[in-house]
Amino acid sequence: MAERPAYPAAHPAEVRVVSQRFGDPRAATLAGYLDTGGYQALGKALGLNGGEAMAPEAIIEEVKKSSLRGRGGAGFPTGLKWSFIPKGGDKPKYVLCNADESEPGTCKDRLILEHDPFAIIEGITIAGRAIGAQRGFIYIRGEYRYVLDIMQRALAEAYAAGYLGANIRGSGFSFDILAHTGAGAYECGEESALMESLEGKRGIPRLKPPFPAISGLYGCPTVINNVETLASVPPIILRGGDWFLNIGLPKNGGPRLFSLSGQVQNRGVYELPLGFPLRRLIEEVGGGVLGGSLKAVVPGGSSTPIFTAEEALGLNLDYDSVGKAGSFLGSGGVVVINDRTCMVRFALRVMQFYRHESCGWCVPCREGTNWLQLALTRFHRGDGRPEDVDLFTDVAQNILGRTLCPLGDAAAMPILSIVRKFRSEFEDHLHGRPCPFAAESSAVPVA
Amino acid sequence: MPETPSKPAPAAGAPAAPAEVHFTVNGHTLAAAPGTLLIEACRAANIEIPSFCYYPKLSLQAACRMCLVEVEKIPKLQTACTTVVAEGMVVHTETPTVHAARKSAIEFILTNHPLDCPVCDAGGECELQDMTFRYGAAVSRFDEPKRHRDEQQWSPVVYYDRPRCILCYRCVRVCGEGMDVWALGVGNRGILSTILPNHQDHLECEECGMCIDICPVGALTSGAYRYQTRPWEMQHVGAICAFCGDGCKTTLGVRNGVILRGDNRDKNGINGDFLCVKGRYGTDFTRHPERLKSPLVRDASGELRPVSWAYALETITDRWRGIQAAHGQFGVIGSTRCSNEESYQLQKLARRVLGTNHVDHHRSADFPALFDALAQPAGAAAQPLPQLADSGALKTAKAVLLVGGDPTQEHPLLAWNLRWAHRLAGASLYVLNRRDIRLRRQARRMALLTHGTEADAVRYLAAPQRGDPPQAELTAVSPPGDKRWPQTPPSTPQPIPGGLEEFRAELAQERDVIIVFGPELTGDAVQALVRFGASLPGHTRYIAMADNANSRGAADMGLYPDLLPGYLPVADGAARAHFAAAWGGDIPAAPGWNQRQMVEAVDRRELDALYVVGANPFRLDPVNAANLKSCFLVVQDLFLTETAQAADVVLPALSLYEKSGTVTNTCGEVQSQRRGGSFEGAKTDMEIIHALARLLGADFGRPDADRVFSEIRAQVNGYDVSLVQLMAGRGALAVPRDGAAPRQAAPQMIRPNHDSLFTAGTLGRYSATLNAVLEKHSRP
Ligand SMILES: Cc1cc2nc3c(=O)[nH]c(=O)nc-3n(C[C@H](O)[C@H](O)[C@H](O)COP(=O)(O)O)c2cc1C
Ligand code: SF4
Ligand code: SF4
Ligand code: SF4
Ligand code: FES
Repeated sequence: MAERPAYPAAHPAEVRVVSQRFGDPRAATLAGYLDTGGYQALGKALGLNGGEAMAPEAIIEEVKKSSLRGRGGAGFPTGLKWSFIPKGGDKPKYVLCNADESEPGTCKDRLILEHDPFAIIEGITIAGRAIGAQRGFIYIRGEYRYVLDIMQRALAEAYAAGYLGANIRGSGFSFDILAHTGAGAYECGEESALMESLEGKRGIPRLKPPFPAISGLYGCPTVINNVETLASVPPIILRGGDWFLNIGLPKNGGPRLFSLSGQVQNRGVYELPLGFPLRRLIEEVGGGVLGGSLKAVVPGGSSTPIFTAEEALGLNLDYDSVGKAGSFLGSGGVVVINDRTCMVRFALRVMQFYRHESCGWCVPCREGTNWLQLALTRFHRGDGRPEDVDLFTDVAQNILGRTLCPLGDAAAMPILSIVRKFRSEFEDHLHGRPCPFAAESSAVPVA
Repeated sequence: MPETPSKPAPAAGAPAAPAEVHFTVNGHTLAAAPGTLLIEACRAANIEIPSFCYYPKLSLQAACRMCLVEVEKIPKLQTACTTVVAEGMVVHTETPTVHAARKSAIEFILTNHPLDCPVCDAGGECELQDMTFRYGAAVSRFDEPKRHRDEQQWSPVVYYDRPRCILCYRCVRVCGEGMDVWALGVGNRGILSTILPNHQDHLECEECGMCIDICPVGALTSGAYRYQTRPWEMQHVGAICAFCGDGCKTTLGVRNGVILRGDNRDKNGINGDFLCVKGRYGTDFTRHPERLKSPLVRDASGELRPVSWAYALETITDRWRGIQAAHGQFGVIGSTRCSNEESYQLQKLARRVLGTNHVDHHRSADFPALFDALAQPAGAAAQPLPQLADSGALKTAKAVLLVGGDPTQEHPLLAWNLRWAHRLAGASLYVLNRRDIRLRRQARRMALLTHGTEADAVRYLAAPQRGDPPQAELTAVSPPGDKRWPQTPPSTPQPIPGGLEEFRAELAQERDVIIVFGPELTGDAVQALVRFGASLPGHTRYIAMADNANSRGAADMGLYPDLLPGYLPVADGAARAHFAAAWGGDIPAAPGWNQRQMVEAVDRRELDALYVVGANPFRLDPVNAANLKSCFLVVQDLFLTETAQAADVVLPALSLYEKSGTVTNTCGEVQSQRRGGSFEGAKTDMEIIHALARLLGADFGRPDADRVFSEIRAQVNGYDVSLVQLMAGRGALAVPRDGAAPRQAAPQMIRPNHDSLFTAGTLGRYSATLNAVLEKHSRP
């Protein structure tokens, strides 16, 4: 383990687990990674350091104990997901690392990929050992082209030193990893669309069931996890599930990376224990709201329902609390919105994203996002009609729960919550009145 | 990797799956086989579930969201098209939530639909119109600009109008999964999504038009039909395709006697919704400007001049009577595109009125050899031959051996059925061919012969101990993957070790094989094939592939020099007596000349009169024009063919689409059709034959197809088929009786056309659409 994180903690509450090597130039090479405690978890799992190898079931048990939940969006318990992979069988099994990170407000996987590529490789290898896979894939967001180079350099080093390939370090376990980039589609982060894309097809989601654990990549049992999820695995194996669990809350094990963006002083990525109060994130870690007072917060990436300032300030950031409050912790992308921001414009910006990123396969998402984007544009321009406000809700409601994949919900949920919670702002745009925030609206936080 | 040769374990050991699951829909308890899709189970119980993207037997898409229903205990609405029924499932399809979801799906679809129904080809037969009428809202809340994109022409027959497209992906699937052409795909994403052709701005494909007919809206339209009419201005007449021997049912759209299109939207024939490019677009030969409108008689100056029907018929019968008086020789060559009734009456005219057995047709399959080979040893009681398969049997076959031929090109329906069996029924297809035919892509095993012929190979299969096998290379494909989702092209066939010996050994493990064979097998090779078939376990059945719409009918009806209708030997006294009694007159006993012998006789100036009905024999067997002078040639056809140009009298005939009657496909399925189009100036072949008979003093009765078919049912071996089945538009299998057909001595007379998808003899040459397609495909 590193003596001292290369980037000093921004706040005493930070717990540097996944971010332990951020800013540490040594982590760029295998030697430096080994120097900073790398590959000790795999060594433990495979019994490379004299100890007994862990049984695959024991690895899964440790991850279950840690209460690690998926950091990609849905928050599904990782150990449980791994345990769904059928034992035996004559089909190969695969581990996929979802590095497609495209949810607006989210930029944390990128830091792991840039600063600690070997941790991801080690995590994937341990996952492969746990589920009986011999091959893993890293699917990297198309716009992160340079990350592919980083990853490939790291993979080559790991192969050269026998940490990948046949008979890893004499353990008898063989494992291969291949890195691949997408072509710039948010939808390809959805797990089944990602598999289609990886197989060389158009990135559209698949019917479920069957679920990936039964029929995933190339129709074979597959575990797919987020970058951060997989990077959390080596520390869990090394220091134990209980240690990780105790950093967070029951059923919400560990710290996680929060991408703090928007109108806040100290924008950045912070690793904080689950259950950390949102108020402290904004005020202490983030250094307070920028350019005004707090109006709203997006808690977990652009697809999660928004909170008003009042709701936000009483909230703790763990899966269950945010869920109870009617939204999702999602990908941990916290977007701070000040009171000089036009919520109609914000809703429009979010809808532009989803209209652009809808894969177009199913009707409600393809046509609904287009409709909402056109209508919101017209509305924000000053050509709104009173009945439009209910129309937005209605159209979004007609998308919600009726699409093939969750992107439809991701598009519908924010607009529903924005209209419900900021209806008066919509009404202020009616009857030929100009946007009350016209002078400010260059400061829309979601780029 | 290709699958290794292993046989599935016998079902006995497997745990018994429950025969049925029970579930409730709208309070009704229903039962269905496990694995049934909810949408199918509901439809079977007459519970309507609207859908766009769901299409039976194609992969599932879950894209249109029209079929959402409520399933108790599941919070979200579920797509009935992907939900598999489960024991105890409780479903509601008519709740306010479900109605609202349907209304919303329609509303979403219409947001970018141009609603140009008044000028859309699909107007009046559009699923979107019907669904909007039933489930949609009366007002539109969408008040934004619609996306416009210009219409594109992708091929002579395929046009695409993106604004009308609702992206149901049916076209993509039918082209890929159904046709195995994979020419269509989806491009772009989100609201910009669009269907794309395989070559950027145009299609290189089979031009079958399946995509056009499966399109629920007017997004894909056909170059042969578009903007010609409104659907309700047409009559829709069930006919049988006039082209290949597969006998697809086609529904003709006819306005004022003119056939404007063919399709099979009502899906009720032996072909379901399948038609190939010829069946769908070839019908325009009926409108070709060069069609014969009037009888022609060669005048003193040697020119063919238009004359009246009465004059032409009298000219013929005057000459014929003279030749009869001089004991001259008559020859008659019949058609592979006339109805059964016409072929039957034609050979009756030849044998009973003209007194000749010089009767033949252009043969392309050795049916007599097959029926002879299947016959029980002489002396056993005659039984209908149970070893004949109809075309539909291929769809459910466990194993099929295809020897010779190229069904994709020459028998598109059989190829469709074989692909179906491979994709949906897990059938094992074995292909034996000298050519690398396209069905190799579905063949569990293909033996590509590198030396020797299919006939040699079959002789080896039948008697492996008699010598070394002809050399062959084997390839294999893996079985198709998930039938539901996602669908991808079949894997490339992989070479595997082995030759015909291994091919034979694997076939020997298959049960209930259907053997389909092409014109490469004739005479004793057919005998050998049947010996091999008899050695296979289970019940082996056969299909012989012949070229044209009524090739089989011509054979069944006795257009042979040595065979009477039903393959009874003309040399057989009892057989002759049977027909003599039926026809009220004697039949000459000696077998006559075949087509080539007749033409040779012309060249020897030994044939005095030749009557050619719907055939073009001089294309196959050219004659010396000088020798024709001593032969009085009458040709009855739609066009001035090579043979007609040499005729003394030419009679304009109506096409198969313009008459009622029955035809028999290459498998033996008899189907009946009603007159679709009409054409001024021409007559049906039956009307002409009857008129000629009358002028020669023989009364053939009214030229009425039903009446003649009754006689055929009574007289012709195998034709006592079910009328009910015929009326219902299904094919009734005509099964000749055992022991009926003697081996034929002239296998060299089996002369296939080797048509491609885009050629079809004379008719094809006069189809503007087929010519346009052919021209496109022959460009480099
Ligand atoms: C439209 C859409 C986009 C997604 N994008 C991502 C992504 O970029 N990265 C990611 O890890 N998960 C993404 N997910 C979630 C994945 O489908 C999947 O749940 C996740 O990779 C599982 O990993 P986890 O259990 O470790 O979170 C997306 C889901 C949807 C519906
Ligand atoms: S919900 Fe949107 S992204 Fe998902 S399948 Fe449908 S169109 Fe594609
Ligand atoms: S015409 Fe037939 S082959 Fe061509 S694109 Fe359409 S379905 Fe495919
Ligand atoms: S062209 Fe027709 S069949 Fe093809 S996707 Fe569009 S609407 Fe469906
Ligand atoms: S019919 Fe079920 S989604 Fe289209």
